[in-house]
Amino acid sequence: MKRTLTLLLFFLLATTFLSAQDWIHTGTGLGVEKIRLAAPDFKQVTPGTETQNLAMTFNVTFQNDLASAGIFEMVSRSFWPLSVPGAPQEVVLNEWGSPPPNASMLAFGNIAVQDANINVQGWLYDTKNSQSPQVLGKQYREQATDANARLIAHRFADEIIFRLGGGVPGIAESKIYFVSHRSGAKEIWEMDYDGANQKQLTHLDSIALSPHVSPDNSRVAFSGVTKEGWQILMYSLELNRLVTFPRFSGDNYSPAWSADGQNLAFSSSRTGNTEIYTVSAAGGNLKRLTEGRHPDVSPTWNPKTNAQIAWVSGRTGLPQIYTMASDGTNVVRMTDQGYAVSPSWSPNGQFLAFAWVRHYGPGAPGASDIYVMDIASKQWVQLTHDGGRNDFPSWSPDGRHIVFQSNRTGKLQIWTMLADGSEPRQLTTQGENSQPNWSFK
Amino acid sequence: MKITRSQWTRVAVALAVVLTVSACKKKTAPAPPPPPPPPAPAPTASLTANPNSITAGQSTTLIWRTDFATDVSIDGIGKVDPSGSRTVTPAESTTYHLVARNDTGTQEATARVTVTQPTPPPPPPNNETEAQLFASNVQDVFFEYDSYDITQQYQQVLQRDAQFLQQHPNIQFTIEGHCDERGSTEYNLALGDNRANATKQALVSLGISANRMRTISYGKEKPFCTQSTESCWAQNRRGHFVYQR
Repeated sequence: MKRTLTLLLFFLLATTFLSAQDWIHTGTGLGVEKIRLAAPDFKQVTPGTETQNLAMTFNVTFQNDLASAGIFEMVSRSFWPLSVPGAPQEVVLNEWGSPPPNASMLAFGNIAVQDANINVQGWLYDTKNSQSPQVLGKQYREQATDANARLIAHRFADEIIFRLGGGVPGIAESKIYFVSHRSGAKEIWEMDYDGANQKQLTHLDSIALSPHVSPDNSRVAFSGVTKEGWQILMYSLELNRLVTFPRFSGDNYSPAWSADGQNLAFSSSRTGNTEIYTVSAAGGNLKRLTEGRHPDVSPTWNPKTNAQIAWVSGRTGLPQIYTMASDGTNVVRMTDQGYAVSPSWSPNGQFLAFAWVRHYGPGAPGASDIYVMDIASKQWVQLTHDGGRNDFPSWSPDGRHIVFQSNRTGKLQIWTMLADGSEPRQLTTQGENSQPNWSFK
Repeated sequence: MKITRSQWTRVAVALAVVLTVSACKKKTAPAPPPPPPPPAPAPTASLTANPNSITAGQSTTLIWRTDFATDVSIDGIGKVDPSGSRTVTPAESTTYHLVARNDTGTQEATARVTVTQPTPPPPPPNNETEAQLFASNVQDVFFEYDSYDITQQYQQVLQRDAQFLQQHPNIQFTIEGHCDERGSTEYNLALGDNRANATKQALVSLGISANRMRTISYGKEKPFCTQSTESCWAQNRRGHFVYQR
C-alpha cells in the first residue's frame, strides 16, 4: 500500500514537472526577482497645450519602456496616491512604500517647456530608504518636439533599467529592422523597439528580404533580387542609400554579421548548391564552410565569441539546426526531429532561439512555434503556443526579449515577447510584416 | 557606121591572139588532176571551267580548245569559235557539254561546275513566335514535398524538353526554382535553388549546353497559386522554364 502511494506520488510529480517544462516561468531576469516599481505621470509645470502634449508623449513612452523591460512589476495607476510629486520636496515616501502601492522604487519628475525647449527633471527613489532615498537624479533638455519627448523618456528609462537591472543596458533606444510589403513590394523598413517611427529604408521595387543591421548601426545587410539574381546588398543608414558590396555568382542571401562587425556569413548557390560562406565586412576573403548537395542557409554567429555559427541544413532531409566552428569544423546537430529553421544566437552565447514544427509531414503542416534551446544541454522550452505560424525570432541586446513574426491575427505581423514567452505585444498593423532583426545596441 | 569586114577580121584575130596568148602561158603539158586531199583527222576538244567550284552568284570561266573542228558548239551557249573562253554564272551545279565536229567525226568534252548554295541567313529572331513555341514545348518539372530530386516522370518530361532545345540551339532560358507556401522564407529560397540546379544538371546530362541556361530561386515569393490546398502546393513545387531569347 505504502509502495503504491509512493509510486503514485512519483508519477504525479513527474507529470507536473514535464508539463511545466513546456511553459517556462523563469529565465527572463535570469533569476533576479522582479522589482516593484511605481512610475506615476511626470508633473507638467508650465501651462499650455504644447507642454500637455509633450508631457503625454513622455509619460506614455516612459511608462511603457519600464513596463516592458521585463524586470519590473509596475504599480498600477489605480494604486497611485492622489497627489503626484513633481520634485523631491513633494514626495511623501511612505505613501508609496506602503500598501496599496507597496512600491520598492519610485520614479517621478516634472516637465516644462521654455524657450522652445523641453526640460525634464527625473528622480529614482528607494522607498525603503527614508534617510537618503535618491538613487538617480537626472536633467534633460532638448528642442521641444514630440520625437525628443520620446527620446528623453527612452533615455531616462534606460538609466533606471541599467541601474536596477544588474548592470545590463536598457533597450529603449534600440531599433528593429524588418520586411514590409505595405508599399506594394517587399522592402526593408526600420522602427523603434516599441513599434514607433516605422519608416521605409529601401526602394528596390523588387524583392528585399532578411535584413541584418551591423553591430555599429551603420549599415543594414539584406538580400535582394537584382539583374544578377539574389545578391547581398548594403544599405547605409548614414548615407540613406545603397553602398557597394561585392556580387557573387548564383543566388546569395540570409546575411548575418559577426558581433565584432568584422565578418558576414551568408548562403550562396554560386557552385550550384547552397552552401554557407563567410566574407569580410568589406566583401573580401570569401571562405566556404559547408559542402554537399543539400540546402544550407540562415547562418547566425555566436555573439559572445564570434567563433561559432549556427545554421539550417537539409543534410538529413527536413531542415534541422546545426552549430559549427566559424571555420566549418566541429559540426554538431542541435534539433532531433520535425522542421527547424531560423536560428538566432542569444547575446550571452548560451541559447538559440528558433522556429520549430516538432511534428511535421506533408498534408499536416502543423503549427510553427518559437523555441529556446540551451546549447550546452540541448534542453529546450517552447515559448509560443497559439497554434499559428511563428518564425524568425531575433534576440534583443539585453537578452530579455525576443522579436518574431506571427500570423496569429490572420496576417503576418511583428511581435515581441519576453524571453520566457510572456507578455506578447504586437508592433505592426499595416500590411504584411516579417523577418524582424533586433539591433546589437 | 558600118563595120567593115576587114575590121571584123582584125578584131577576131586580136581576140584570138589574146585568147591564145593567155591560154598558152604555160607551155607545159596539162598536169594530171591533183590527188584528193587526205581525209581531215577527227577533231580534238578540251573544255575546262576555272574555277570548277563556286557558290551561287559567283562566275566561272569556261575555256575550250579544239583542233580540226569545223563546227563547235557548247550546250546552252550555242556555236562558238574553235577555241576560246566565256564567263558563265550558273545558278546550280552544271555539266557543260562541248561538241566539236568535222567531216571526219565528232569529239565531245565536258566540264563540271559545282555550285554550292550559301548558308541561308538566320531568320530574324521572330521572338514572339519562338517564345510561344518555347512555352508550348518546354514543360516545367514538378517536385515532391521538400525534395529536389527529379522523379522518373519528370525525367521523361525533361527528355522531351531537351529534344526541343536541341532543335532550337539558339534559344537561351532561365530555370526558376519555386516552393510551396509552407515552410520558412529562407529555407525555401535554398530549396528553390536546389530545384533549379537539379533541373539544370538533368538538362546538361541530356546534352544541353550549360551556358544556355541561367538559374534563380524564388523560394515561396512568387507562387503560381495561393490556395492552401494540396493541389496548389503541388503546383508551386516546380522548376519553371522562362524563355530568354
